Amino acid sequence: MHTRGSIWNWRGWGPLRALAIAALTLIPLIVVLASFFDPQLEAWEHLATYVLPGVLWNTFVLVVGVGLGVLFLGVSLAWLTAVCDFPGRKFFSWSLMLPLAMPAYVLAFVQVGLLDFTGPVQSFLRAWLGSSSWFPPIRSTGGVVLVLTLAFYPYVYLLARNAFITQGLRAVEAAQMLGYTRFQAFWKVALPMARPWIAGGVTLALMETLADFGSVSIFSFDTFTTAIYKAWFSLFNLSAASQLASLLVMVVLVLAVIDQRLRHNRRYAVKSFTPVRISLQRGAKWSATIFCALILAIAFAVPMIQLLVWVVDVWREDFDARYPVFLLHSIWLAGMAAVVVTVLGLLLSAIRQHHKDATTQLIVRLATLGYAIPGTVLAVGVFIPVAWLDNQLITLAGWLHWDVQQILKGSLFVMLAALSARFLAVAFQPIDAAMQRITRNQGNAARSLGLSPKKVLMHLQLPMVRGGLLTAALIVFVDVMKEMPITLMTRPFGWDTLAVRVFEMTSEGMWDRAALPSLAIVLAGLLPVILLIKKSESGFH
Amino acid sequence: MKTCSKPLALVLPTVMAALVFFTGSASAETVTVYSARNEQLIKPLFDAYTKETGTKIQVLTDKEGPLLERLKAEGAKSPADVLITVDAGNLWHASRMGLLQPIKSGVLNTNVPANLRDPKNEWYALSIRARTIIYNKKFVNPSQLSTYEALAEPEWKGKLCLRTSKKVYNQSLVATMIATLGEKRTEEVVRGWVANLATEVFADDNAVIKAVGAGQCEVGIVNTYYLARALDKDPNMPVGLFWANQKERGVHVNISGAGVTRAAPNAAGGQRLIEWLSSETAQGIYTNDDFEYPVNSKVKPDSIIRHWGPYKMDLINVSKAGELQGNATRLMDRAGYR
Repeated sequence: MHTRGSIWNWRGWGPLRALAIAALTLIPLIVVLASFFDPQLEAWEHLATYVLPGVLWNTFVLVVGVGLGVLFLGVSLAWLTAVCDFPGRKFFSWSLMLPLAMPAYVLAFVQVGLLDFTGPVQSFLRAWLGSSSWFPPIRSTGGVVLVLTLAFYPYVYLLARNAFITQGLRAVEAAQMLGYTRFQAFWKVALPMARPWIAGGVTLALMETLADFGSVSIFSFDTFTTAIYKAWFSLFNLSAASQLASLLVMVVLVLAVIDQRLRHNRRYAVKSFTPVRISLQRGAKWSATIFCALILAIAFAVPMIQLLVWVVDVWREDFDARYPVFLLHSIWLAGMAAVVVTVLGLLLSAIRQHHKDATTQLIVRLATLGYAIPGTVLAVGVFIPVAWLDNQLITLAGWLHWDVQQILKGSLFVMLAALSARFLAVAFQPIDAAMQRITRNQGNAARSLGLSPKKVLMHLQLPMVRGGLLTAALIVFVDVMKEMPITLMTRPFGWDTLAVRVFEMTSEGMWDRAALPSLAIVLAGLLPVILLIKKSESGFH
Repeated sequence: MKTCSKPLALVLPTVMAALVFFTGSASAETVTVYSARNEQLIKPLFDAYTKETGTKIQVLTDKEGPLLERLKAEGAKSPADVLITVDAGNLWHASRMGLLQPIKSGVLNTNVPANLRDPKNEWYALSIRARTIIYNKKFVNPSQLSTYEALAEPEWKGKLCLRTSKKVYNQSLVATMIATLGEKRTEEVVRGWVANLATEVFADDNAVIKAVGAGQCEVGIVNTYYLARALDKDPNMPVGLFWANQKERGVHVNISGAGVTRAAPNAAGGQRLIEWLSSETAQGIYTNDDFEYPVNSKVKPDSIIRHWGPYKMDLINVSKAGELQGNATRLMDRAGYR
């Protein structure tokens, strides 16, 4: 029995409950932070003089550019497909999610390959016009911002669409009744109401931008993450690299806390909706179609065609009996991770709703920071404590005359724990946005009935955040399919996935040879995308 | 944690099952290899070894940096026997981190030249990767070319293409330049290169080759096997190879190599594998599959690279590249070579 006085319901448990989940992220974070005990003055002096000024400016420009880019693309596309009606809407509403399945480094490599001086576009221009020197360089700040925007807008699109579908039309109708034009209704009512979703999506896009190394390096665009890897791989100074990574995490934490303060005490509750779409008129109608088609073409169709061309070229050398196994491993790992991380994200969000004290809120924020750390650094942060624990266990096993090489290492348990540390933010953002929709009255009513946190979760919160859960599971699934450093570091011997295969093929710069596993990742990522759309569309007529 | 009981009840049995599933044990002789080399090269090699000897090979691939940290974290309990990686710098650092053990092997000392192995015998080169000058045949006459240093002269302004300084191949090249020419002269040369760049530095050697081929620039510096692969695909590409610094120290070479790890459970098996990799059979696969140069002088290079002729290689011990890699990186940062 859970009554108000029950020890389980005691509000002071908040930090501990949150900590139980946050430990997954906190332990590797502490390992990374521990680097500060090993000061690296010489390396810092060099980096501060020659490297950091440039990369800080680049990173700032990139974050602002990609932030605005994904905000514009994600919100506009979500609004169009969720609330309006125009030719091809149904098709675009799901196909615009597809770029999520396309790894950012593949998109970057393909677009640079096509649009650089030596690519087919400029070669064609030179052949016909004699010169292509007027063509804007793709390997430039604008090029990076453009490509990362196209790679990461689906986060905002997915979350914002979730918000608009559940409340957008109703909000516009209500606002119009109050005398607003439709345009004003969008800006003054629908957009502010969707704020937690949009902010969640932009947060994910920016964390991924900050942690990205693969894509920016294809552009030779140096960011803060470039400096981290330079310290590690070129100066062989992992301590300095970890210190830089810690600073990155702290910046993200500060931004998260500011965001939290700004949102403080706002409520985002709405009631049910009546789904009647806004029919766009002639000009607007076709503009919407062309806009959606253009984005889909650049972010997905073009790289997809390039992958297919390469696959036709190389599949004979590459395809063998191991491929079904790679695919199976990938789907299995991504599926397991999607379930585990989504459950953890849900619990974390429920804890945050139940315990409003500052300590709990902070711990929840800390738990989601793993997404902003460059993957390879986090992988080492995960591996060091696991290897330490394993060595103790192996010693113990030795006393029991059990001869074993590894116990935790290379186990699914460690893989899932490590992937959780990275992707908790991905599950948390959509779930928490949906959670904020539950009205204060509903929550108060549940509590005044003396329902335990568990019952509130099962009977009130869970049914109301279904959409958020599905979105969370989808993004985690697709992200794990694409993930490399943690999978590489924690997988068992011989247990390779498609992403591992991509790594092995690209480690010597042979991108075309990586086409087959890349294509398989994209195709496997499509399944949950289609599934999600089926679910989210079911509310509409 | 009442809220957690349900999901935990689901997760725990799966985890237990997985623990049992993953920790199987092998009965035949097994050698465990940590490798940062491309899988499509090492797989045929290992398959051949297993076929010949019956020894099973267990491979774990990852990037060099994480692999070294992995070995370090595993310490005395590491399951690895052999570390295989590219670049002398990585091997030098593995040795300095105390992750390798010395090998006493007459076979390896015969097959691998002295400048291509660790002075303490902790690692041995298994293939040679020469980094030299390429040029566009339409614009450049090879007689205009001589040394890496000459590419810093004003006559090449706006005509040079380079890969990023973040790639270890360029760090090793500059490190050996520091060892021969000193920091001051090397920095002048690197500044000259930067001043001569036709465009932003590229992310990989393939892009440099393409840019030279398309006439975006006239000269570049790349590893020869990238050019061999590109010419294998498109023999009409107007890109020629020039052996740098032949009248003096010779062309810069880097290596891929291997060592037996310090905590190796099967050190003898690991040593046998490395010895076999230096044998004529294995060396033939290295050069024919990957267009790299064999370390074993009894093996002839692949036909595509044979017509580039013999070359004089810089005989400085490749471990110097590791020792001076940090200096090289700092120097390139100072010189504005991104």
